[in-house]
Amino acid sequence: MTTMTLEQDIDAATDANQYLTFQLGGEEYGLEILKVQEIKGLSAITTMPNTPAHVKGVTNLRGAVVPIVDLRIRFGIEERPYDRFTVFIITSVGTKVVGLVVDAVEDVIDLPPESIQPVPELTSALGGAYVRGIAQIQERLVALLDIEKIVSADLELIERS
Amino acid sequence: MTFMAEFRDAFFEESAEHVAAVEQGLLALDSGAADSEQMNAIFRAAHSVKGLAATLGFPEIAAFTHDMESVLDRLRSGTLAVTPKLGQLLLRANDTLKALLAAAQAGQGSEVDTAEVTGELRAALGAPTTEAETVVAPQSTPAAGAPRTYAIRLLPKRQLFASGQDPMLIVRELTELGHDVSVVCDTTRLPAIDALDPDLCHLIWVVKVTTTASRDEIANVFLFAEDECEHSVRDVTDDPSRAGVAAHAPPLKTPGSDGKPVAAEAASIRVPTDKIDALVDLVGELVISQAMVNQIASDFDMGRLGELQEALASLDRSTRDLQERVMSVRMLPVATVFNRFPRLVRDVSNTLGKKVRLEMQGAETELDKGMIERIGDPLTHLVRNAIDHGLETPADRIAAGKGDTGTVTLRAAHEGGSVVIDVADDGRGLNTKRIREKAEANGLIRPDEVLSDDEINALIFAPGFSTAAQVSDLSGRGVGMDVVKRNVEGMSGSVTLTSTEGKGSRVRIRLPLTLAILDGLIVSVGGASYVLPLLSVVESLRPTPRDVRNILGSGEVLVLRGESLPFVRLHAVFGHDVAITEPSRGIIVIAETDGRRFGLLVDDVLGQQQVVIKNLEANYRKLDGVMGATILGDGRVSLICDVQELFRWTTTRREAAEQLLAAVSTSGEEFA
Repeated sequence: MTTMTLEQDIDAATDANQYLTFQLGGEEYGLEILKVQEIKGLSAITTMPNTPAHVKGVTNLRGAVVPIVDLRIRFGIEERPYDRFTVFIITSVGTKVVGLVVDAVEDVIDLPPESIQPVPELTSALGGAYVRGIAQIQERLVALLDIEKIVSADLELIERS
Repeated sequence: MTFMAEFRDAFFEESAEHVAAVEQGLLALDSGAADSEQMNAIFRAAHSVKGLAATLGFPEIAAFTHDMESVLDRLRSGTLAVTPKLGQLLLRANDTLKALLAAAQAGQGSEVDTAEVTGELRAALGAPTTEAETVVAPQSTPAAGAPRTYAIRLLPKRQLFASGQDPMLIVRELTELGHDVSVVCDTTRLPAIDALDPDLCHLIWVVKVTTTASRDEIANVFLFAEDECEHSVRDVTDDPSRAGVAAHAPPLKTPGSDGKPVAAEAASIRVPTDKIDALVDLVGELVISQAMVNQIASDFDMGRLGELQEALASLDRSTRDLQERVMSVRMLPVATVFNRFPRLVRDVSNTLGKKVRLEMQGAETELDKGMIERIGDPLTHLVRNAIDHGLETPADRIAAGKGDTGTVTLRAAHEGGSVVIDVADDGRGLNTKRIREKAEANGLIRPDEVLSDDEINALIFAPGFSTAAQVSDLSGRGVGMDVVKRNVEGMSGSVTLTSTEGKGSRVRIRLPLTLAILDGLIVSVGGASYVLPLLSVVESLRPTPRDVRNILGSGEVLVLRGESLPFVRLHAVFGHDVAITEPSRGIIVIAETDGRRFGLLVDDVLGQQQVVIKNLEANYRKLDGVMGATILGDGRVSLICDVQELFRWTTTRREAAEQLLAAVSTSGEEFA
């Protein structure tokens, strides 16, 4: 029993430092791997009435109805048609499962907490409120997203309506 | 959820069952149908609540249950006679216990006043001592009667474990009876290691405890293990060896200061083991079928096509079976709801001075858990109505040539793809003439309208209709049958009524087998598919340009056989800009909700199909005009329209205008 938990703790500790990186409007972003449930190719989206533009609709994820959020629209990056690299990153936040549309997925990288720097004065195209930190890997800059904030901002919408 | 909180949830659930069992038993007792077996069952149920409550740190509940249990124990042993008064008292005590449990579940411990009932229980015992509290709340041992020291020897049968008993539970319960506890384990029965069968119990325990509990109370600890565990109790108070008794018992832990009790509705479900076993078997089959498909596919040529088809067919069958079985896990017997009615009928008939016999049939019929929870209130209302309005007083019944006791029948049965629940009485039946008068007075029908008796009787389901000559405490508050109807329709069910004057009436509720599946009409709007619940669809038609008129103040209406109906453009509601906007080129589906009809303009009707309802709130939120989503055969998600909400779409505009007018006129009066 004790050893089990210990092993799980160790696993969790290493997983917690891993990030899935993806492309969006020519920049690189990262998401905690623990919040990512799976990566899924494009599938049919059913639009929903009276929802914000970035909520593209819902899709069928093995029988579950999952909302799809287009991160380009969400962050005010110019829209472009989906291509063969476009994927859904299915994230699970609390009890909710939400899909994010991104241009392409890149890599899974290890980032020890000390390599993550606080967000500087905003340089990126996207609202700084949703960035948890910035990491530099050789020449690349990766903005780490706070998925909980992104999703909960949409959930607040619910409370108001 | 903390470990303890999980136990607490289970405790509340289990206690609810025990409380229900006590109530049922007491009612049987009251009607004289109880035997000693039943008496024991009541006692065991109360005892279980007490034990659980004490273990999980609800001393108030444990103390209160103890008083109940004491009375029950005397009844059981025959030293106290069963009287109607005592039965009534115990029912009240059971109600108090119910309230205590509810309060504890909501996290408000001491809001319930138990003093009065406790006092009466003790008075019934003829022993108004405080001795009661010592057993269940050893942490606050009050001095009452001289404590005695007992040596209790547990001699479990070797096969004890086979019956699921745990001797440690008994030992622990004994140690909690008092203080100065010592437990000695006797290992003399233990065989040599090579002869040891670990499935048998070889140990014997001797528990020494100083307690104010009586020998009977000690014996009660063994109540559940009488057959598997022999025991002897020896009073060793004056025994000099007592000096050797070990240290004090560890203080009883009071759990629960951490996690707050969870007040949420019980979201768990008890499933019979055979249902689970069937599921496990089916999953096994599914895995085998899937492995077969895999194996064929890994080394496939056209020669093996037949094999593949066979394997796929078996996979298909297993999947379908599995779906059915999984659905059945959600099913509960209607008895869960029916069981509350003996008590209700008894109380209501006492209040009204009527003699009522309750008959229940088909209580084993299974219904979706969600519906079981929601059908209780409508049924309660119908049963009350039947007794209050339907049945006559004994004098009236005799005058009408019937027996003085009326009968209310609750019947549940499967009929086709639905479950039918009848609430019938053999009373006076509906007074059609009075209903007609009332409906005319309320403006529900015109005096010259020709209606059949059944049509008139159905008017009692109209909103705001109540025929009770007097508003009674029990029913007839003007929010009667229309609420029943709305509740049932909310579950995609229907209500019908038949009545014969002088012979009685019957309300029939028809419910779908499950809430998760719905018969839908698939329509297309602007390239997307939507589902309309078939139950609320009346007809669909393509109007001619002349049928659609613009009426001042009401907006667009559809004139259908002389009647003008409001209609909603679904493409406007759902924001499609490439849809058919000209009604005469699309289809208008006539839908009905709350007895009012309206039209929905769609591009086309695609077909009709059963759909599985998925809720949108699980991952997103509720949408206006949408009751959920489903996945159609092509794998796409399709939204299911909420007809009731869409109807409001037609009225909101008009009502907003009316409200504005009303506001203008009232403010005008104010200023005048």
